[in-house]
Amino acid sequence: MTDTLTIERAKDERPVTGRGAVRRRKRSSRPVWEEPPTTAGQTAKGLALGVVVAVVLVPLWIIVVTSLSTQAAVNRAGGLVLWPTDVTFEAYRVMLGDATVRNALLVSLGITAVGTVLSMVVSILCAYGLSRSGSVAHRFILVLLILTMFLSGGLIPTFLVVTELGGYGQYWALILPGAVSVFNILVLRAFYSSTSADLIEAARIDGAGDWRILWTIVLPTSRAVTAVVALFYGVGYWNSFFNVMLYMPTDSEKWPLQYVLLTYVNRGNGLPGSVNSGFGSQFAQTAPLSLQMAVVVLTIVPLLLVYPFMQKHFRVGVLTGAVKG
Amino acid sequence: MSSVDTEPGTKPPARKNKLSLRARLRRDRSLLLMTVPAVVLLLVFNYVPLFGLLTAFQDYNPLVGVWNSEWVGFDQFVALFGDSLFWGSLTNTLYLSFVQLILFFPIPIALALLLNSVLSERLRNLIQSIAYLPHFFSWVLAITIFQQMFGGAGLLNQFLRSNDMSTWDIMTNPDTFVLLITSQAIWKEAGWSIIVFLAALAAINTDLYESSAVDGAGRWRRLWHITLPGMMGVIMLMLVLRLGNALTVGFEQFLIQRQAVGHEAADVLDTFSFYYGIATNNYSYGAAAGLFKSVISLLLIWGANKLAHAFGEDGLYRR
Repeated sequence: MTDTLTIERAKDERPVTGRGAVRRRKRSSRPVWEEPPTTAGQTAKGLALGVVVAVVLVPLWIIVVTSLSTQAAVNRAGGLVLWPTDVTFEAYRVMLGDATVRNALLVSLGITAVGTVLSMVVSILCAYGLSRSGSVAHRFILVLLILTMFLSGGLIPTFLVVTELGGYGQYWALILPGAVSVFNILVLRAFYSSTSADLIEAARIDGAGDWRILWTIVLPTSRAVTAVVALFYGVGYWNSFFNVMLYMPTDSEKWPLQYVLLTYVNRGNGLPGSVNSGFGSQFAQTAPLSLQMAVVVLTIVPLLLVYPFMQKHFRVGVLTGAVKG
Repeated sequence: MSSVDTEPGTKPPARKNKLSLRARLRRDRSLLLMTVPAVVLLLVFNYVPLFGLLTAFQDYNPLVGVWNSEWVGFDQFVALFGDSLFWGSLTNTLYLSFVQLILFFPIPIALALLLNSVLSERLRNLIQSIAYLPHFFSWVLAITIFQQMFGGAGLLNQFLRSNDMSTWDIMTNPDTFVLLITSQAIWKEAGWSIIVFLAALAAINTDLYESSAVDGAGRWRRLWHITLPGMMGVIMLMLVLRLGNALTVGFEQFLIQRQAVGHEAADVLDTFSFYYGIATNNYSYGAAAGLFKSVISLLLIWGANKLAHAFGEDGLYRR
C-alpha cells in the first residue's frame, strides 16, 4: 500500500505535462515490510473494482450496441440489445437526416464553443489579474468574487434580471449568466500565483508588460490546468438544459441536444405526462429504440473524444481548487 | 479560504508602502483592467439578483418591475409558512438529503481506500478514468440511462418479462424514489468524489506505515491508526460542505423526474421555487421560498463549520 503512495507523491511533484519516467518505474513492487496479499482479500478487491467498472461501462455498451442494431434485432431482443448481431448505421443516418436533431447538434456545438472561449478568456484574464499579490485592490476583488459562492440571488431573481435585460428566447441567456465560475478562477489563480516570481521579474526587467507576461510566460507554463478548466466549462455548456427550460421552453428550433434528449427520449419513452409539442418527421411520440439510443450516443461522443486527453490532468485542477481555494 | 492570500512570492511590504496609491494604480492598471470582464459579469448576474431578492417582500408585477411593485412586507412568508406544499417540499428536501448523506457519503471513502491499495499504477489509472466518467454526463443523460436500464420498458423489466416474472418499475414509484435518486447520485458522482480522498491518502507520510509495520501493526491496524486519522481532516471538510448543502439536493435530477413520480415525492425547495414561482408567474412567492432556503443554508454552513471546529478540525476556514 505504501509504495503506491510514494509514486503518487513523486508524480505530483513533477511537472504536470507529459508522461515522465517516474510513472513507470517500480510499478508494482511491494515494500518488504508489508504482508503478502491474501487470496480472499485480492478476490474481494478485484470483485469490488470489477463491479465499479461494469456499472459504468455496461449501460454504455448496451446503448451503443442498441443504436447500431436493426429494428429486427431490437424486436428479437424485446428491447435493448446486449450483443451486436447485425450492425447497421441506419439509426444514425435517419437521426442526422432529421432537421430537429441536426439543428440541436449545431446549437449545442455552437453554445459550447462560444461559451467555453468566452469563459476561458474572462477567467484567465481575471485569474492573472488577481494573481500578483500586492497589486491594488486585488484583495477586495477576490472577496467580491468569493462572496458570490455563498450569496446568490437564487433562481427567481436571476431569472427576472435576465428577462428584464431581454434575454428571453436569446442564445446569450444560455451563456452569460453562468459564464464565470469563481471556483475555476480560483483554480487558475492558484497556478498563476505559483509561477516563479523570478521568471516574471526577469521578464519585467526585459520590458514585458503584464499582457505579454501572461501570454508568453504564464499561459505556456500552465497548459494542463488551462485544459482542465476548459473541459469543466465545456462540459458545463454541453450538458446544460435548465437554462433552455427557463428561457426558451417553446422555441424548439433553438433547442440544444440535451433538451431534445430530454423531450424525445426520456419523456417520449413512457414517462407519463409528457407533452408532445407538435414535432413532425420521424420523431413521433415513440421513435424506434435504436434511434433514441443514437441520440443518447450523440450526446456522449464529443465528451469521449476529448476525455482521454484531459483525464490525466484532472487531479491537478481539482485539487488546487479544492485544497487551496 | 484564509490561505488564499498567503502564497509565497509576495513583494516585500516595505516597497509596497513606498509607492503612493496613484503610482500603484498606474503600475497595476493592466491587472485591474483584466479583472473587469469577470467582475462586470458577476455584478450583473450575481449581485444585481441579490437586489432582486427584494421581490420576496413585494407582490411583484412583471409589468411594472421591481421598483414599482407593491410592498407587502412579510406577507409572502406568512403565506409560505401556511402552505402545506411548502412544508412538504421542505421535509422532502431534508429527508432526501439525510438518506443521501447516510448512503452516499461513506462510498467514495471506501472506494478511495480500495483504489489506493491497487499496486499497479496503470490499472489504477484506468479504473480511475472509468469511475470519473459519469461525472461528466448530464443529468438528462444519466436519467435516460437509468430509464433504459430500470424503467417500465427497460432492461430489467425486459428480463423479468421474458422470464415470466412480474415487472417492477422503480422509475415511477414514489415510495422508492429516495433509493432511486440516491443510486443515481452514487452512480454519477461517487467516482468523482474519490479525488479529494485519494489526495488525502497520498499526503500521508509513508514512514509512519513502515515504522508501525516494524512495530508489528498488521494491515488493519495501520488502516485504523494511520490511514483513517490521516484522512480525518478531509473527511470532516467534505462532511461540513455536505451538511452546509443539506437544502440543495440535485435540482436538475428532481426537475426531470418530477412528472414520473408525482410532486408529493419529488418536490424539494428548489423545484418548489421553480414550479410555484416561475411556472405560475408567482415570482414573489418563489423568491420568498428561495430566500428562505439561502438563509437557512448559510446558517447550516456556519453551524456545520462550528461543529468541525468543535472536533478540532479546520472545516472551511481556520479559527
